[in-house]
Amino acid sequence: MHPRTALCAASTLALIAGAAAAQTTVTIATVNNGDMIRMQGLADNFTEQHPDIELEWVTLEENVLRQRVTQDVATQGGQFDVMTIGTYEVPIWGEQGWLTPLEGMPEGWNPEDFLPAIASGLTVDGTLYAAPFYGESSMVMYRTDLMEEAGLEMPEAPTWDFIGEAAAAMTDKDNEIYGICLRGKPGWGENMAFLTAMSNSFGARWFDENWQPQFDTDAWAQTLDTYLELVTNYGPPGAASNGFNENLALFQQGKCGMWIDATVAASFVTNPDESQVADSVGFALAPDNGLGKRGNWLWAWSLAIPSGTDAEDAAKEFIAWATGQAYTELVAENEGWANVPPGTRTSLYENEEYLSAAPFAERTLESINAADPQNPTVDPVPYTGVQFVAIPEFQGLGTAVGQVMSAALAGQTTAEEALAQAQTIATREMERAGYID
Amino acid sequence: MARAVSNRRMAINTGVAWVLAILIFFPILWTILTSFKTEATAIADPPVFLAFDWTLENYETVQERSNYFRHFMNSVVISVGSTLIGLLIAIPAAWAMAFVPGRQTKNVLMWMLSTKMLPPVGVLVPLYLIFRDYGLLDTRIGLVIVLTLINLPIIVWMLYTYFREIPVDILEAARMDGAGLSSEVLYILTPMAVPGIASTLLLNIILAWNEAFWTLNLTAANAAPLTAFIASYSSPEGLFYAKLSAASTMAIAPILVMGWFSQRQLVRGLTFGAVK
Repeated sequence: MHPRTALCAASTLALIAGAAAAQTTVTIATVNNGDMIRMQGLADNFTEQHPDIELEWVTLEENVLRQRVTQDVATQGGQFDVMTIGTYEVPIWGEQGWLTPLEGMPEGWNPEDFLPAIASGLTVDGTLYAAPFYGESSMVMYRTDLMEEAGLEMPEAPTWDFIGEAAAAMTDKDNEIYGICLRGKPGWGENMAFLTAMSNSFGARWFDENWQPQFDTDAWAQTLDTYLELVTNYGPPGAASNGFNENLALFQQGKCGMWIDATVAASFVTNPDESQVADSVGFALAPDNGLGKRGNWLWAWSLAIPSGTDAEDAAKEFIAWATGQAYTELVAENEGWANVPPGTRTSLYENEEYLSAAPFAERTLESINAADPQNPTVDPVPYTGVQFVAIPEFQGLGTAVGQVMSAALAGQTTAEEALAQAQTIATREMERAGYID
Repeated sequence: MARAVSNRRMAINTGVAWVLAILIFFPILWTILTSFKTEATAIADPPVFLAFDWTLENYETVQERSNYFRHFMNSVVISVGSTLIGLLIAIPAAWAMAFVPGRQTKNVLMWMLSTKMLPPVGVLVPLYLIFRDYGLLDTRIGLVIVLTLINLPIIVWMLYTYFREIPVDILEAARMDGAGLSSEVLYILTPMAVPGIASTLLLNIILAWNEAFWTLNLTAANAAPLTAFIASYSSPEGLFYAKLSAASTMAIAPILVMGWFSQRQLVRGLTFGAVK
């Protein structure tokens, strides 16, 4: 080989090697849902803007993801540079020092634009530890045609009494139409998300200011009685094993008069490709009892950076792109305004194009604003979180109590027995964890 | 008369076998059928069996979204690698236990089996920390080591059972003819136990292919096999059953094809020594 050719070849190789070495890989652990998958599809836009950053995706089912990232962050395994976590994890992990504060973010990210209710759930001692990718609350979704047939009109902000009345009027079990569909599947993020949010509107709480469990109060008895009466009398058969997906399928098939669940479901039930009742769905705020709290929850899938990552700057660039205002415009351009991730930025709800494309937008915003994770209950509590208690013990405790509640719905125990068992379980767990003596 | 009874019994047996086979295969068949439906048809009530508009859109979506080939290659390397290493360790171990048993052989065998009774999650954190410290997280070699170790008791037990069926006299005759230990194992024992070794190999590849706990917990982006590929399509908030079914079909297809072509060997090995 000619010396000059050899030199050129060596220089080219060195340049390629140098470029490869400069490439930073950001591994993102994320959850499988429509908005996250859409983001993966649009990620080329980010890599075109940042050719020095390569993105690796690890997509997992929600519960697997939660276990996987918890294990990695707690052991400092270093497998992920960006983690998708929720409003339950952020306060706990932020306090533990497991997350990198989102300070020194790229210019123009504009965190002041985040909805205050959502941002407060992701903030610890005034520091933001995660950026919301999409936010959700819960609300009433109902069949407008069935409501009309029943001679009723859904108020914008119904009470639990009205919901009971409407459920009775809409139920037609002979034709497989059930007045109301609610979660019954046991789990802290399943039936207990619904029941805890519902209990807030009845003046109940998990713990008093001294961490004493409160399942032996009248407020919890009223909550559970109302829930069991609604689902047992007007709900579908086998409701004790129904979660979000099962109820979504029932609602889309026209079998539910009302469904109280995540606001994210609004885009599914109004999609004519998936839903048989897409053109006759109305929305209302989650019910209340006139005590100042509604039975709706608050959740935000958010992007956070584990502390100790060796790609912090690149991870911040990615988060700024994924949760920035320009991203919503990118989604709108490619997929339409109705598919923009909802519930994170105030500016989105001031956008006329979005408001006209998403008939559920206004109700989603009102529902999110109606939730206050810092003061979730009528009486004061020592914890934060609307449909959960932001303490590490809650995942196990919430699921154990959820199993008891699900057993009551299945008719295996009475409401009184279920609450007594819940009280025993919660007391034992809080004693073990050292919250009470 | 005896002939008639025998024919009737055979017909009943055949009928029962078909019913059982259909019952066992039905969930797989339903998954395959669902993978060709739209998401709306996948949740239709009453369920649609065959009369639906067949579509390949789920497969197209899965292909666009995921790197199937990378997951597939990881599955092949991990399952075949762990099986071969497992066999290399287990053949001498099973030989020793079957032909030169000591007083503690049975206890050792039982102890090996008892390690399978521990819930894997019990050792997850210590193992995760060891893997972190040795840089084995999200590597194929790490998974090969783990799957070799967790399947080793089954391989040893299966081979031990097959070796016990081989008459010791044949091995003794070989020794008298001057065969050394390695020749005895390689040229006498192994050829005679080929059906057993083959079925152990096939069964272990299937076990390693389907292993989901460790493969999900110890991998991220690089070494994730097809179990992680399926898990990425499961969602508690969103009806993606058709796409999940397409991903599942693509994940089980290679092992189904392998099982189909090797079924004779597999059955022969599993029933080896059962009828004398």
